[in-house]
Amino acid sequence: MTAPQLSNEIAYNGSMKILIMEDDREAADYLQKAFAEAGHTAHVAGDGETGFALADAGDYDVMVVDRLMPRRDGLSVIAALRSRGNTTPVLILSALGEVDDRVTGLRAGGDDYLTKPYAFSELLARVEVLNRRASARESETVYRVGDLELDRLSHSVKRAGREITLQPREFRLLEYLMRHAGQVVTRTMLLENVWDYHFDPQTNVIDVHVSRLRGKIEKGFDKPILHTIRGAGYMLKGG
Amino acid sequence: MALSLPAIMKTTAARLSALYLLLFALCAVLLVLYMTSLSARMLTAQTQETINDEVLGLARAYQRGGLPVLVRVVEARSRQPGANLYLIADANGQILTGNVQSLEPGVIETEGWTTEPFSYQRFGEGELDRLRSGATDQPAPQTGDSSNTPQSTGEKGHNAIALVLRLPNQMIMLVGRDLGEPERFRAVISRALTLALGMMGLGGILIWFFVGRAALKRIDSVSDASRRIMGGDLSGRLPVTGAGDEFDRLSENLNSMLARIAMLNEGLKQVSDNIAHDLKTPLTRLRNRAEATLAGRHKIEDYRQALEGTIAESDQLIKTFNAILMISRLEAGYSSEQTGPVDLAATVSDVVELYEPVAEEAGVALEATAPEALTINGNRELIGQALSNIVDNAIKYSTDAAEAPKVRVVLERLGNEIKLTVTDNGHGIPDDADRARATERFVRLEKSRSQPGSGLGLSLAKAIMTFHNGRLDLLPANPGLSVVMSFPLRETH
Repeated sequence: MTAPQLSNEIAYNGSMKILIMEDDREAADYLQKAFAEAGHTAHVAGDGETGFALADAGDYDVMVVDRLMPRRDGLSVIAALRSRGNTTPVLILSALGEVDDRVTGLRAGGDDYLTKPYAFSELLARVEVLNRRASARESETVYRVGDLELDRLSHSVKRAGREITLQPREFRLLEYLMRHAGQVVTRTMLLENVWDYHFDPQTNVIDVHVSRLRGKIEKGFDKPILHTIRGAGYMLKGG
Repeated sequence: MALSLPAIMKTTAARLSALYLLLFALCAVLLVLYMTSLSARMLTAQTQETINDEVLGLARAYQRGGLPVLVRVVEARSRQPGANLYLIADANGQILTGNVQSLEPGVIETEGWTTEPFSYQRFGEGELDRLRSGATDQPAPQTGDSSNTPQSTGEKGHNAIALVLRLPNQMIMLVGRDLGEPERFRAVISRALTLALGMMGLGGILIWFFVGRAALKRIDSVSDASRRIMGGDLSGRLPVTGAGDEFDRLSENLNSMLARIAMLNEGLKQVSDNIAHDLKTPLTRLRNRAEATLAGRHKIEDYRQALEGTIAESDQLIKTFNAILMISRLEAGYSSEQTGPVDLAATVSDVVELYEPVAEEAGVALEATAPEALTINGNRELIGQALSNIVDNAIKYSTDAAEAPKVRVVLERLGNEIKLTVTDNGHGIPDDADRARATERFVRLEKSRSQPGSGLGLSLAKAIMTFHNGRLDLLPANPGLSVVMSFPLRETH
């Protein structure tokens, strides 16, 4: 099992232009700095109105929007942008963080939802996945990562031409990892997208599922393909 | 407690008493005035009727024999005891006969009923010539105004009303009746009024003293007790007299509120103690690790490892805080918006599927029996979380089983309840008290202290069950433990 360095792996994805709408100066500065370290450019808007103006004028890849902001709250900014045809992916940050808050946030036009306090690695992973330029694989029927191949129609998985038999859940797990190949995928992202649950499991349930899957797609092959990113999650990466 | 007057007037009791007193007094005065005027009018009407009868009799006498007969009749009647007033005078006002010695000036100048009572004197009470001088000096018919006539000053007359007639030969006849009776009536009424007002005032003060002050005292005792309780004595309670009145009910309600506050306070204290205990350990560890890493000389890899450990530890702390937050939210009632049909059988298979690899790795056989699709109204996320917490625990604690470790998840319908039971065959919790405590926040039974976890898993599951109007019961399974989630069949949330 290899553990590539976090920042190197993220830089692989290319630079993004991120808009941060956050009224807490310190938090916003920290985010801006952390995004810059990960190789992205981030702009900060300290209130809803400024955020709306910046988002409306600029061409951002992803927006990180705090729900509670002065002058205009995050949800109304998102709704206003959406009604103007702005489809920039939005990650909502919230201190409220309950199931229904998440639902109202997503209903308002948000694409993902993260509750404060959060780990930056989690936020970064989610922002990378949201990046619309990276999520163009949605329509592809066959995913290929290195010598690994997944056919979404026939539900078959091959590596180096060899058929691999997967359980339905393992298939969905691999499908998600392959769709976001080259990107860090966190445990909670997997639980959300593969199992459709949004809570923190008490034990390493996801790790065990991933290591099972890893056993099936790496055993007998010389090269590791499913990497563990320490302190963050997993990444599927060939070559 | 000695109170000054302004202080007394500040009390609600005194203010209410004063207000009622004022209102009742006003009503009484109005009533008495109305009755007095009514009675006076009735008495006047009666007097006038009597006089009319008199005049009719005199008129008949006049018709029968002219003036001489009239004079004779008048003289005869005048002499009767308690007689009416009679007076016959010539056109100049010279009194010819009758029983009136003097009159207020001007009375006989006008014909018809006197408009107001006038004063007069009978024979033997004053001088006759006063009538004339008064009548000539003041021809104006101002019957009431006699302030400048010597007769009415100093001498005490009687009041009367009278009918003044002019006989065909220009002579004047006056028939009147003394008003002694109405005057006495008025005196009685005014005495009654004074008495009534006095009684009312006294009554008001008595009411204030006995009723108002009693209420005031009860309120004072309630506010004294509240002040004591606010001062920190949370075990203090408000006095209940046992009378079962409003004050008792108020005190009882406030007492049960205090009991609830004390309970919440106790819970809060316990939670803060537990938070202090359970979070102090990881926080201290976090700090010590950072300190130790900074102290020595290390390779860059060691620093990285220390930081990663710090992050992992912080994540665990965040998880704990989130769980605390969630429990509080659920206990506070949570929003019921996000509920809908939840297929419990699907939830069971989801969670079992999620935990199956973990169980297998731990060498625990995880089995599920969900015979039918049982749907309730609830929150899928929350129920899934509760079940996974319970299954998580069951797997952890079955590993020390005497036989092959096994965890069974059974979904069934029993009577009007849906039961979701997770049973392990580990050591269980043999002690009844321990079992009861296991769902309390942060309680980690001694044997489990070594296991990872926040001690919030079962508390969260319990809070989730309460949110779904259900129950969470821990039962001995011999060996092992059964955790039962009971949902009411007609679940409404």
